[in-house]
Amino acid sequence: MVNLSTKLGDIALKNPVLTASGTFGFGEEYSDFIDLNRLGGFIVKGTTLEPREGNPYPRMAETPSGMLNAVGLQNKGVDHFISNIYPRIAGLDTEVMINVSGKSIEDYVAVAEKLSALDSIHAIELNISCPNVKQGGMAFGTTTDGAASVVSAVRKAWPRHLMVKLSPNVTSIVDIAKAVEGAGADSLSLINTLLGMAVDIERRRPVLSTVTGGLSGPAVKPVAVRMVWQVAKAVGVPVVGLGGIVTAADAIEFIMAGATAIQVGTANFIDPTTTVRIIDDMTQWCERHGVNDIAEIRGCI
Amino acid sequence: MRVDFLRHLAGGTVHIGLRTADGTPVPAMEPGQFVEVAVDKAKVLLNRPFSIFNRTDELLELLVKPLGRGSEALGHYVPGDEIRVIAPLGKGFTLPDAPAKVLLAGGGVGVAPMHYLSAALEAKGIRPVLVYGERTTPDASLKELLSRHADLHICTDDGSEGFHGFVANHPAVAEGDYDFCMVCGPAPMMKSIYNVAKEKNWNTEFSLENKMACGLGACLCCVENTTTGNRCVCSDGPVFNINELPW
Repeated sequence: MVNLSTKLGDIALKNPVLTASGTFGFGEEYSDFIDLNRLGGFIVKGTTLEPREGNPYPRMAETPSGMLNAVGLQNKGVDHFISNIYPRIAGLDTEVMINVSGKSIEDYVAVAEKLSALDSIHAIELNISCPNVKQGGMAFGTTTDGAASVVSAVRKAWPRHLMVKLSPNVTSIVDIAKAVEGAGADSLSLINTLLGMAVDIERRRPVLSTVTGGLSGPAVKPVAVRMVWQVAKAVGVPVVGLGGIVTAADAIEFIMAGATAIQVGTANFIDPTTTVRIIDDMTQWCERHGVNDIAEIRGCI
Repeated sequence: MRVDFLRHLAGGTVHIGLRTADGTPVPAMEPGQFVEVAVDKAKVLLNRPFSIFNRTDELLELLVKPLGRGSEALGHYVPGDEIRVIAPLGKGFTLPDAPAKVLLAGGGVGVAPMHYLSAALEAKGIRPVLVYGERTTPDASLKELLSRHADLHICTDDGSEGFHGFVANHPAVAEGDYDFCMVCGPAPMMKSIYNVAKEKNWNTEFSLENKMACGLGACLCCVENTTTGNRCVCSDGPVFNINELPW
């Protein structure tokens, strides 16, 4: 029997397979297709202090081996989550993590404080890397000072596991990673989407209402693997890898590059059973290769 | 599922019949719901949403117009090919509970859901009027299918058949009197019927086709601006009531 159980800092995961925020709703959207309790965990859509309508349609453009999105953190706000969503998903036998976004440090802190009352939520993922909002988001995640200041402030307000999601749209992701680790993060997840753009040449207009958007899907995977490898070598906290993972082979690439756990994102849109298929195929891969514990291959590169 | 038949209609549209791969009955579906199809032959990333043209225990039928790489590649499938389908998805049209006068309006390939819808209405004892607008003369076999459960009226942009002009201007619409109206087609066509229906106070529903990624209400890409904010066409729709749309 292969052991896929994974320690993400102080959090025990059944297996290293999580889902990426914004690609898995509140989990419930996928419960017709998979048993959510089989997942290592899932990360709820970006949650903000106030409700947000997001950006105008069109928000999505398919590109070669990928897609651009410009959703812009549409969500009903943290209070709605706490009173309406949390009671429905708190009883699941999997780690439910909340992605937290804001337009000011005070916003991030206020959301984290509110969520700290929820006993079943053991981790939040701080989103300092959303490319689709004008204020906050990526603005915090693209300088070492900005990243460190928001992480330090939330660190004081959030008592449990603090994962911080990093932007690839920077000169040196290693510098940002070190700053975030120094400010008190318990783990780092990377990468968020790469800033991209598509043009409708018939209409001579950008495809997205916001002109630019975040690129995800298999197109970004080599960039993500490289960044995970660089960051995992440079920091002491666990790294959670994401970016274009569709198969168990993709997930194993990230783990060999140093990822403790992985997140499945865009692939959830294509096949809603991707996560459990990855868990099953990862087990089979380990069996075929005489790997008894997934930890044996972690960071072997 | 498995491709059972594939017919190329006049005008380039393709009529596809699918059976379940294991021979079990096709799941129950409401008129106006849709399916997501993984078009592997197109080598595209995302699944493609299509209306339900017809559904029986044996067959799921789709009407597909080649408008992009995904829909174009669907025309290259042959009987026996396997194809991954997620179905059914979304919320369909509201069928009247009592006898009523019903207008169906379809523009282009937007006529696809009207066949299954008209069959469901006829099963409730309601024979609807169906006004179908196309650029030019539609396929004869398609017209035959569409007229089985509805009184079919054609309008064409080039005047080659039926009424010369837009669906909203067809006498069956402009001079009509209905309790319910159900519409699917290009945005300008739906908006002109919206204006007629508002004026005449018909209880009207529109099936939208915003670009989607997941089809499940997870990605929030396909939103329509409604009277209650941005809502997912895939999971809150694709069918919306006229009162929900601030067009």
